[in-house]
Amino acid sequence: MSSSKKIRVLVAKPGLDGHDRGAKVVARALRDAGMEVIYTGLRQTPEMIAEAAIQEAVHVVGLSILSGAHNALLPKVTELLRKEGADDVLVIAGGIIPEDDVPGLKAAGIAEVFGPGTPLSDIVDYIKAHVKL
Amino acid sequence: MAATELVEGVLQGDRRSLARLISLIENEDPSVGYALSQLYRHTGRAHIVGVTGPPGSGKSTLVDRLTTEYRRRNKTVGIVCVDPSSPFTGGALLGDRIRMQGHALDKDVFVRSMGTRGHLGGLARATSDTVRAMDAFGKDIVVVETVGAGQSEVEVIDLAHTILVIDVPAAGDDIQAIKAGIMEIADIFVVNKSDLPGADKKAAEINAMLDTDPRERAWRPPVMMTNARGGEGIAALVDKIVEHRKYLEDSGLLAQKGLQRSRDELRTIMSYKLTRELMEKLEGRPEYEQALRKIAERDDDPYSVAERLIAEFLVDYGRSVKENGERKRR
Ligand SMILES: Nc1nc2c(ncn2[C@@H]2O[C@H](COP(=O)(O)OP(=O)(O)OP(=O)(O)O)[C@@H](O)[C@H]2O)c(=O)[nH]1
Ligand SMILES: [Mg+2]
Repeated sequence: MSSSKKIRVLVAKPGLDGHDRGAKVVARALRDAGMEVIYTGLRQTPEMIAEAAIQEAVHVVGLSILSGAHNALLPKVTELLRKEGADDVLVIAGGIIPEDDVPGLKAAGIAEVFGPGTPLSDIVDYIKAHVKL
Repeated sequence: MAATELVEGVLQGDRRSLARLISLIENEDPSVGYALSQLYRHTGRAHIVGVTGPPGSGKSTLVDRLTTEYRRRNKTVGIVCVDPSSPFTGGALLGDRIRMQGHALDKDVFVRSMGTRGHLGGLARATSDTVRAMDAFGKDIVVVETVGAGQSEVEVIDLAHTILVIDVPAAGDDIQAIKAGIMEIADIFVVNKSDLPGADKKAAEINAMLDTDPRERAWRPPVMMTNARGGEGIAALVDKIVEHRKYLEDSGLLAQKGLQRSRDELRTIMSYKLTRELMEKLEGRPEYEQALRKIAERDDDPYSVAERLIAEFLVDYGRSVKENGERKRR
């Protein structure tokens, strides 16, 4: 166990809404699936998220957002990661994101968007299938 | 990417190279040994501060405040936070960073969270080499927050120059008291949450305990009070940490500790390397299996066999090191 590679995930909450119950549930599910999950708490700017992703050398960034500012904030995260040469990081999003916005987010480098009520095992499976270790 | 390619970046202060090197250290990538040997000469400058204490005592909050104070004094800071990995799934929830958001965008602060991955003693296996990488990277101060899970977290003593043991006012049975054994490793005691009732009493208890300590010590661990949440008592604590470092230097203890560390480390590396390479050579080989059978059947004895196998191994080993060395020089 000790010398094998572990999937490292940053779970972050961009935006100003004050609820992180969903993010915490996802963080625990990923931990229980054997991943190392860095949780950074509420009200993260895209700059803070990208910097934490770099320092922690994560393979995955999971963004949980309820505030409606996803079109502004999420592409900014992928842009900053690209600028740092970390575009191999898998960026996924969850929360309340209207169907119509999904294509735009995917074009901006968000690999997948998970709506409310997505089974946690779907998120785990998605990460395991798409992560680049 | 191999660790060797990251050495240059680490020495030039590239955060991404440092981050990736730490991952390779954690994964015990075979290329790490050579990279660390390249970095070694650039280490030894950082002041390494260990922070230990019961869960929820405010270690991360305090580390955050210490960092603010060090930054005010123009020191760069590296932080390693260790949290337990689940022994069942190997997963870990690393939450110390939540308390350190004030430095999230400061390029002179580098925070790394780390799961224990099965290692006991309050640190991860990778912690020591990670601290070293941060030292080579150029951090003036490297702070290590131990697990805080109530294990006997004494491993930090081999790593840190100055150890802070955190305690909090006894606010009922829900808060764990620090374990005996942890008390002995303190260079500085910190009674955190000094805003809560009972802080003075706790400080007095620690002082009373120190009064009964039979050891003759030139440095009696001071008992400091902080309110990490409110940011009180932090500058005085940093002054004490600096004072302790100066004490270590002036008394010759720093040099002595350094020598002791080299001694321990070299012994560990040598015995690890020897055992591993010896066993790699032997295990599965027919002669080895046959020797085992002979020992089991009392046709031979383990003492003589060990001597013979080691002697043969050493001759081979000497030859192969010499050849490798010549190849490298060419
Ligand atoms: N009242 C008070 N609360 C504090 C103080 N310092 C920290 N806390 C609170 O104590 C709680 C735990 O703080 P942390 O910094 O996460 O403690 P920790 O020791 O790092 O915890 P673990 O890493 O989980 O072992 C948080 O709610 C902090 O806000 C303090 O000086 N006074
Ligand atoms: Mg902590």
